[in-house]
Amino acid sequence: MVSLAANNSRALPSFGGAPFVLALLAVAALLFGICRWIDNAYVFFVGYVVVQYIVLGTAWNILGGYTGYVNFGITAFFAIGAYSTVVLYKLVPAMPLPLMMLPGGVFAAIVGLGTGYLTLRLRGVFFSIATLALAVVVQTLFTNWEFVGGARGAYVLRPKLSPLIGGEYVQYLFLLMLVLCVIALAVARAIERSSLGYGFAAIRDDEAAAEAAGVPTLRLKLIATTLSGGFMGLAGAPLPYYVTYLDPSSGFNLNYAVNAIAMPLIGGTSSWLGPVIGAVLVGGLQEILRVTISSAANVLVAGVLLVAFVIAAPQGIVGLFRRAR
Amino acid sequence: MSALLHVEGLGKRFGGFIALDAIDLEVRDGERLGLIGPNGSGKSTLVNCICGTLRNELGSVSFAGQALNGLSAHERTRRGIARSFQLPRPFASLSLAENLRIPILYTVNAREAGHLAGPAIDQRCRELLAEVGLAEKAGRRPRDLTQIEMRKLELARAMAAEPRLLIADEVMAGLSHGEIDEIIALLIRLNAQGVTVIMIEHIMRAVMEFSQRLAVLVAGRKIADGVPQDVVREPEVVRAYLGE
Amino acid sequence: MSLDLLLNAVISGLLLGGFYAAVSIGVAVSFGMLDIVNIAHPAFILLGSYVAFIGNSVLGIDPILAAVIMLPAFYLLGMLVYQVYYVSFERRDDQSLRGLSFFFGLLFITEVALVLIFGVDYRLVEARYVGPTVNIGPVELPLRLLVPFAVSLVMIAGLQLFLSRTFLGRAIQAVAQDQQALRLMAADPARIKRIAFGLSIATAALGGAILIIIQPVEPSVGRDYIGRVFAICVLGGLGSFSGMVIAAMTLGVVESLTSTFFGPSWSPAVAFGVLLVTLAVRPSGILGRQ
Repeated sequence: MVSLAANNSRALPSFGGAPFVLALLAVAALLFGICRWIDNAYVFFVGYVVVQYIVLGTAWNILGGYTGYVNFGITAFFAIGAYSTVVLYKLVPAMPLPLMMLPGGVFAAIVGLGTGYLTLRLRGVFFSIATLALAVVVQTLFTNWEFVGGARGAYVLRPKLSPLIGGEYVQYLFLLMLVLCVIALAVARAIERSSLGYGFAAIRDDEAAAEAAGVPTLRLKLIATTLSGGFMGLAGAPLPYYVTYLDPSSGFNLNYAVNAIAMPLIGGTSSWLGPVIGAVLVGGLQEILRVTISSAANVLVAGVLLVAFVIAAPQGIVGLFRRAR
Repeated sequence: MSALLHVEGLGKRFGGFIALDAIDLEVRDGERLGLIGPNGSGKSTLVNCICGTLRNELGSVSFAGQALNGLSAHERTRRGIARSFQLPRPFASLSLAENLRIPILYTVNAREAGHLAGPAIDQRCRELLAEVGLAEKAGRRPRDLTQIEMRKLELARAMAAEPRLLIADEVMAGLSHGEIDEIIALLIRLNAQGVTVIMIEHIMRAVMEFSQRLAVLVAGRKIADGVPQDVVREPEVVRAYLGE
Repeated sequence: MSLDLLLNAVISGLLLGGFYAAVSIGVAVSFGMLDIVNIAHPAFILLGSYVAFIGNSVLGIDPILAAVIMLPAFYLLGMLVYQVYYVSFERRDDQSLRGLSFFFGLLFITEVALVLIFGVDYRLVEARYVGPTVNIGPVELPLRLLVPFAVSLVMIAGLQLFLSRTFLGRAIQAVAQDQQALRLMAADPARIKRIAFGLSIATAALGGAILIIIQPVEPSVGRDYIGRVFAICVLGGLGSFSGMVIAAMTLGVVESLTSTFFGPSWSPAVAFGVLLVTLAVRPSGILGRQ
């Protein structure tokens, strides 16, 4: 889309579809291998968070950066994924985690579709306000649902060892998140280069003109919200195993929302690479601040960088890099 | 020639303001219709109602014998109605060639016949840009264009949708004498290929040269509809343009 | 279900609604009239609450008085925020994605900064009217609801008078309706919008002061109000103060009844549920494009 428009000189080498996925898988395998070799649980814990944010940021960006509709209700979709795992854990504790993740993703996707259907006929700002509302409604629902622990929260027992690959369980979580990340990035890039991506861009640039040009705007917007919500739910699904204790105030923590928005905006919303850069830089920065200064300071970083970039560098880091060429 | 577009009793209001009042209009297949009227008379509103960008409260629009009521704008475009916007609305983050890709991907390729793919789409985009004289700027973004060039892009984008009915809304504003001739020639060429054209203009020379029939809109009402030479001599029309 | 209980729930809902109107009037101006989606408005309200808290606990002044003293500061803050918004987004015509994210960032930064400075403990104020209740027959009128209600109505009436009677106020109404015409009259729309936005944030000072009178406050309280405020403005019809006040009272009553009969943990969802339903079902008047 935008990468094609900028005088046809791209910041990134062009891959076809399959080679790109293979390259991603290779990078992911390499990353995992390095972490295994370092053999420190901390690396896996931090790695999980950063990769999780790549997925969240990519999911947000499909609707936000590509299509131009801002979703503030990230916590709702994320938590639907997390809580559906809690429910399944209570009902069928022996179910393998990858299988548990799927319903979370599906429920979140359905909620995304429903919210979209109700509000996407209106101006974009009303959709955004509605997503804010959604976050609170979903949080209230889960806070009042005793089966998942209500306000008190729920405990999930994390197994000691990873299935299949051995080692501590957190390594398994990291692996799952890496796989999810590869899928999300592959989907994002595939969209960018397809007619769907062009449709999204047209909607983002001028929705009425897009309609007049034959773009079925409502249908495309619903596709975007469904995909976006679904991936957010998938990103949240392993969370209960990661934290072992899930309660509404942590599951619906505003940090997830701010990070999911800040990272793509800082990295650059026009390309799949933006959320990756944003997550690595901001996530890394947050972790450094957390261990050096305080865990309160690290939280402020995302908000401040968000405002700074949105004012001064609206095209994000990817955009700065493109302009420099 | 049968009626391609049939507008009957169309009414549109914004709050208390009546923008269009009981408009009846018929456009025959293959016809060249000119539509004129003072600023604010409702021409663009009429176009918006025909194309589905706005919903009319009263009356009906039918195209090729089928009622359009309730159909969204993109469905009407797929049925064969395309329009250019009076104030150009380009896709700012896409290049000119990519701007034309959108209607090709979403209108032309959405129809059963005619499916373009890959390099054929790029070529078609370049052809269309060449027709309006924008070929050298194919890779540029709309913000690099002058107002006049943006109007031409608007027209090219409407043409890219391969319509049966093309509505050109004030495409020629600000164009030079020679450029006006070019656009008239382009539209006549299109018409010769079978495209019905409605031309909305203030430039009387162009309207008279182009139109087989002329309709006049004043304050939301159609006050004249007929042979151009006769219409421009009607006292009400003269009064509307020259004042009391 | 006792009639007394019902009656009191309704009355306190009305009083609460009057307060909600005070909190929403700023958005009625910034969103309803200037078309700026300031979702950070609750953050400014909270700032007002904490200012009132400092004035009250450190200096011993009445919270409402503290807010009135700080009105000019909030007004200037509003003008500053608008200036940044205008230069960065409105002028570049890049409002939706980045403008919204800007305000979201502001909302977040304010909340976190308040946590860092004041911690997460609930803060409250002390004034002569925070305790006592006036009883008229079976009806209980807690002064801590009654005084904010009165302040709210005075503030809204004052703003309405300003907008309709003064030259500047009418200029603001004009800019809300037709910026182009205003430009042709050699008035600068940006300057007028700046003043209007400044006023919008100034109302947050008072709104925050009466918030902390009604309930104890901690930094995340602002989030509950985002939905309430926008639900009220949307329900009431953007640009109409009286509509907004009616919507606020209605929401107050519905929330109060829900809280009384179903428990208070559901009330945040009420406003948001109302908002979702309104957006889904009653789009007339809030469809931007058509």
